[in-house]
Amino acid sequence: MSAVFKTDETFRDDFKYSNSPRAIRRFPLPFVEDKYMYSVNIEPHVPGPKDSITEFQFDVDEHYIGECRDREIVLKEDPLRYQALPHMMSAQWDVLELLMNHMSKDYPEQFSLSKQGNRWSWHNKLLNIKNEFTFGDPSTLPREPLDYITRQAQGDFVVMDQRDGDFYIEAGMVTTPADWSMDFDMGMSFKEWHGPVPLAHELNVFDRALKFLLNLRINEPVRRLNWTMTVNPRLDTSPEFYPRWGSDRASVTADNVADKAHIRVELQGLWRLPRSNAMLFGIRCYLISIRELATIPKWARRTHRTLRDLHPALVDYKGLTRYRDHVVNWLAPLDDGSPTTSGNAPE
Amino acid sequence: MSHSHTFAVTVTAITQVTPLIKHFVLKAADGAQMPSFSGGSHVVVVMKGATRVYRNPYSLLSSPNDLSAYEIAVRRADQSRGGSVFMHDHVTVGMTLQIAHPVNLFQLDKLALKHVLFAGGVGITAIAAQLEDLKMGAVPYELHYSVRAPDHAAFADRLLARHGDRVRIYHDSAEHRIDIEGLVAAQPLGTHVYVCGPTPMIGRVLASARAAGWAESHIHWEQFSAPPVGDPFDVFLKKSNVKVSVLPDQSLLEAIEDAGVDAPYLCRGGVCGECKCRVLEVDGVLVHNDHYLSPEEKASGTLIMPCVSRAHGKNLVLDL
Repeated sequence: MSAVFKTDETFRDDFKYSNSPRAIRRFPLPFVEDKYMYSVNIEPHVPGPKDSITEFQFDVDEHYIGECRDREIVLKEDPLRYQALPHMMSAQWDVLELLMNHMSKDYPEQFSLSKQGNRWSWHNKLLNIKNEFTFGDPSTLPREPLDYITRQAQGDFVVMDQRDGDFYIEAGMVTTPADWSMDFDMGMSFKEWHGPVPLAHELNVFDRALKFLLNLRINEPVRRLNWTMTVNPRLDTSPEFYPRWGSDRASVTADNVADKAHIRVELQGLWRLPRSNAMLFGIRCYLISIRELATIPKWARRTHRTLRDLHPALVDYKGLTRYRDHVVNWLAPLDDGSPTTSGNAPE
Repeated sequence: MSHSHTFAVTVTAITQVTPLIKHFVLKAADGAQMPSFSGGSHVVVVMKGATRVYRNPYSLLSSPNDLSAYEIAVRRADQSRGGSVFMHDHVTVGMTLQIAHPVNLFQLDKLALKHVLFAGGVGITAIAAQLEDLKMGAVPYELHYSVRAPDHAAFADRLLARHGDRVRIYHDSAEHRIDIEGLVAAQPLGTHVYVCGPTPMIGRVLASARAAGWAESHIHWEQFSAPPVGDPFDVFLKKSNVKVSVLPDQSLLEAIEDAGVDAPYLCRGGVCGECKCRVLEVDGVLVHNDHYLSPEEKASGTLIMPCVSRAHGKNLVLDL
């Protein structure tokens, strides 16, 4: 069963957003046991089961049109959400090639790509975009290659150059950040970029992750899940626009928590880019309301236990301090104390 | 991460380019385009010999802009484990080999204002594809390529034809040597230097750059060690509970693989650190041949790089 693409979703103002039963069942709950702490939870990005979010390397789901539209709104107001330093041009083409190859192969009814040598023809039927261009010649596309293709893809994309045994953020499209700013982080090294994350530095998570990524090979991408919570199904929770959404946290009440509070999961993928030897970091975001999530009994029990027992530093870092208790209290009656099976699949 | 995924290639041409070096052209066995790569990359070639499997890393010297085929060059090393001899004596046109996807441990720095490259002998293979990447860009570059004698100048004509006066060839036989110290000292700020060649050449480039006050981040070299031959020794792999005998012409990593134990690796040349392994017990001495561990780590006797290093003694226990 493939997705039915919604055409009128919004991620701001009136928040017209919901998950179909199919989208709920394939939601990547990040809790594989009844508690949560950081780990280097990286695994090969190999195809998952049919209809799962990892069936293909780049998941295109029912929210595609609304997410692309929201990206355009952000960029119009804040063009610096897309940036690429001049030495990243070969990496830009790497990303365009990777996305076009996968999207056209995995979703042939929505995207098509034909190549005659370096003459490429791309047709995005969902957004009604059609271009012929010369691969490697930026002047033949209406925008820079990374800008062009990531406006047609769900999720944020960061490209890191590798030098001196480290990675530096030097290109990217970031319109759906969980309270971080690419504009602020441009040029930062891997550990500088992750500086604000609590606890993980003491656990040497970033030393190990960096060593692992430096040896990541072409054609062998990896992935991990990360999560936080968001009030309202808002994609652009950026520091640039903090005044617009920061106060939302105070709007959560015992009565509205099930529809206002959302678990936000990031499917993070890492690809070694072949021509540039740079690294692509993809952050594909999934939002689900607590009410939608609780339609799966196992997830209600597990999420209740995980949020109730979450480490105080993580509660604070993830910005949950003001409304975590409302979420826990709403979920509590759904947790009868019965055991949950391991893994995140619905029972 | 352990064994890289490999794919099948067909040998479509073999040329003896110097008395010691053969050049091989490899195309995808299924007729597809070869995977994209960046200049400075190598591939691990898997060779199935009569009694054992060799896995040797070879630099890709063809252009990253031409993915119809990969080209590698192999210098014959008779006093070694046998991979290069296998490539020279047993690989024929039409044969199928397995190779892993390219890995780049010697990449160009994209922020350089100028690139100066030094190559010696077969070291040119690691540099040739970098030159192709540089030719596509706008940053100035120059190559200084040293060979024993004119008949050892593999690819000299091709390099001169492609890059013109950006390439200078030097012949040891004519006492025509590179003035490494003078060249390095004369470079403008923002230059990056790259060297691949014999150990003394790498040493001179490094010493010259450091003496001239260059930042380490601007100095790049690649020195893949072929795993040296040595005395046989035994090793016990504790996690796998397997005892392995390492033959004189076999590397520790190869012996571990032959015993059916899946050990991590990437470069197989003592460079990348991927195969680094904890030594749990050693009665004897570790013979470190890698360029990865620090002198302190080597002296500690607690770490070893099985791809190139060996042991002398009665007992060695590894955390594998």
